[in-house]
Amino acid sequence: MSIFPLAMARNLGLLGFLALIYASLSIPGAAVIRPINEAHRSAALELFVPTHGSFGSLEETYEALRTFQILGVEKSAEISHATCPVIVEKLESSSSISKDLFHALRVNSILGCQIDARTFEDVASKLQAVIKDTNSLLDFHYAVGGLLYIKDQGINVILSDGDGTFHSIKALSQSDGRWRYDSNSAESSTYAAGIALETIAGVVSLADKVVDESKIGIVKNDIVKLFDSIKSYDDGTLYFDEKHVDASEYKGPLTTSASVVRGVTAFATVASGRLNIPNDKMLGLAKFFLSIGIPGSTKDLFDQIESLSRLENNRVSIPLILSLPSTVLSLTSKDQLKVEVTTVFGSAAPPLTVRMVQASRSDSKGTPVLENQELQFDSENTIHYLDIIPLKLDVGKYTLIFEISLHDPENTNTYATGGRTRLMAFVTGSIKIDKAEIGILESDAGNSETLQKLDLSRDSTLSLSANHLQKLRLSFQLITPLGHNFKPHQVFLKLRHETNVEHIFVMESSARQFKITLDFLGLVERFYYLSGKYKIELTVGDAAMENSFLRALGHVELDLPEPPEKAAHPPPQPVDPYLRFGPKQEISHIFRAPEKRPPKELSLAFLALTLLPFVGFLIGLMRLGVNLKSFPSSTVPAAFSILFHVGIAVVLLLYVLFWLKLDLFTTLKGLGFLGVFLVFVGHRTLSYHASTTAKLKSS
Amino acid sequence: MAKSTSSDAQMLIRSLRTAYAATPTNLKIIDLYVVYAIVTAVIQVVYMGIVGSFPFNSFLSGVLSCVGTTVLAVCLRIQVNKENKEFKDLPPERAFADFVLCNLVLHLVIMNFLG
Repeated sequence: MSIFPLAMARNLGLLGFLALIYASLSIPGAAVIRPINEAHRSAALELFVPTHGSFGSLEETYEALRTFQILGVEKSAEISHATCPVIVEKLESSSSISKDLFHALRVNSILGCQIDARTFEDVASKLQAVIKDTNSLLDFHYAVGGLLYIKDQGINVILSDGDGTFHSIKALSQSDGRWRYDSNSAESSTYAAGIALETIAGVVSLADKVVDESKIGIVKNDIVKLFDSIKSYDDGTLYFDEKHVDASEYKGPLTTSASVVRGVTAFATVASGRLNIPNDKMLGLAKFFLSIGIPGSTKDLFDQIESLSRLENNRVSIPLILSLPSTVLSLTSKDQLKVEVTTVFGSAAPPLTVRMVQASRSDSKGTPVLENQELQFDSENTIHYLDIIPLKLDVGKYTLIFEISLHDPENTNTYATGGRTRLMAFVTGSIKIDKAEIGILESDAGNSETLQKLDLSRDSTLSLSANHLQKLRLSFQLITPLGHNFKPHQVFLKLRHETNVEHIFVMESSARQFKITLDFLGLVERFYYLSGKYKIELTVGDAAMENSFLRALGHVELDLPEPPEKAAHPPPQPVDPYLRFGPKQEISHIFRAPEKRPPKELSLAFLALTLLPFVGFLIGLMRLGVNLKSFPSSTVPAAFSILFHVGIAVVLLLYVLFWLKLDLFTTLKGLGFLGVFLVFVGHRTLSYHASTTAKLKSS
Repeated sequence: MAKSTSSDAQMLIRSLRTAYAATPTNLKIIDLYVVYAIVTAVIQVVYMGIVGSFPFNSFLSGVLSCVGTTVLAVCLRIQVNKENKEFKDLPPERAFADFVLCNLVLHLVIMNFLG
């Protein structure tokens, strides 16, 4: 249907975006409303994913299991193994508060764990005690709810002081139909009203004697006042929201509306007689829940599905949803207009007739195109249909208004049909393109003989040439299947230069045809004085046009004058962003040139030369008559002397090793030991030597 | 007069020689050692003059090792010389021990700086 993918090609950029805005503004912001279907079931399976066989807390487990139960997905077997022990533990523990017991009993009502009657009786008596002592709405809610679940298990539960409990709960109500959470809090809340109504319904069904009719009547009035505070969106959906937004307690319209629906439908089940709620409000609430589509969070999905299941068969009025399975009707494939009327979960509606009150074109505010067409019913597919071909509807966007009439007049109170329903639909068809001509004209009035015919059903390869004194002219006609003139949303002519600089022109339409005349004299500056080959492309598109196209028409060789000094430069073209992942420029590093070393032979020669003086030293020593005469002769001093000289030699060896491969720390470590040794030995040797010299002297 | 100056110089040298011959042997050993160290230093400087001072730390450590050991030897000579009244009470073995120790420390530093 849509040509938007075509038009959204990178190079159409701004104009394509503008067209999208125009198209979206003409739709009055309504979400398409369809009953609950397979998509919700898949979404539930995707969102509610158990980790290690459980969904988390018991509250979350209940949300998951109840959603799956309503949508018909079997999950109990998977979950009961890990969750039943938790439930049993909570029910048997003496420290569980009413909230824990309530959630445990709720989950158990779906899973059906093996719990013996004694546990239930103990829990029931605990909850009865809570009801006697408390005056908080939430405690009442948990306790009464818990007792209802226990009663379902077959245990006989009676609320002894039904009237008293009823009064305690009713005492928390406010004059505008809202409820407070307990007698201490000053703020009232719509969400609490939903909880209170549900709890009152539970009290009425559990009480030992029947609750007085007048009391029921008072609550019915409260409900009417509560419904006076309902809010609405532009598309006709209705919802409940809190009056004051308290950041910590704010629950959002979905949760608040879900709570009210729960409360009202529960109360309607136990109350005799009718609740005075207009059918339109129930339908508006149903539409609100359906218009969300598929929620993204588990809590929202649970609220939506659970509220809709309460609305599916409630005692106030059951909403019937009228929707179009397909909003696009093609004249080419001779589609029929199909309308579905079902309950919110897609179940069959009672016998009824759908009538199309009016069909008018969305863009014209004038007279409707069709009026009062009755749709025929196909009982095999439970669909109401209408053949539109004989009705001579042309392509375009239409606003259709439908009305439902129930066959059985008694159903008027049971079902909410909602009066007139407005829906949007597209009729699409194949548009014929006729009398297409293109040519180059002189600036004085050109004659039409220079124009050549163009076949716009396929790409062309024209080769035109023009200078700045000439004009390019293109014209064609667009005809709908019914033979009328067609004005699509997008008719663009694009000229693209070899350097990828583009210029887009919108073609104007006169009464009978689309045409454009590009006067190059005036466009020279816009083209940045770029001469050369320009590729020509034509785009024609519309939502109702099945054969929207983008055609390459060939190229035109433009000869434009030289740019003056101050001319604007063409904008830089975007670089392919993937180029940055290619190989980069080679970097040539500049290293520090290594120092010039002397030739090896020179170095070796000087090494030898440096060792020469040592030889000279030794020769000199010998010439001087060095001798070892005063070397000690007796063993112990001799040993010390030898050790002294050896020690010095070892230290020098250590230094050589240090130079070659050791580091300073190891050397110092070695030196420490050797130094101590050397000092000791040297001291002994030298003192012996000194003493012998002194003895010689004195003698 | 030139002849007298040259003969004066010759006489000076001869008297120096005879005086030097009278020094004790151990002092002569030390003097020989000093000469040896200085000659080594000079050879290293000549080498550096030829090839340039590229590993400057090596050059420095080499030259300073020679110079340092020269200095220590001169100190030893002063302390050991019996005619030196200042160090009369210092036993020569003690001076020699100081000489050995200081040399070892000097050469540790030199080896570290040699690179």
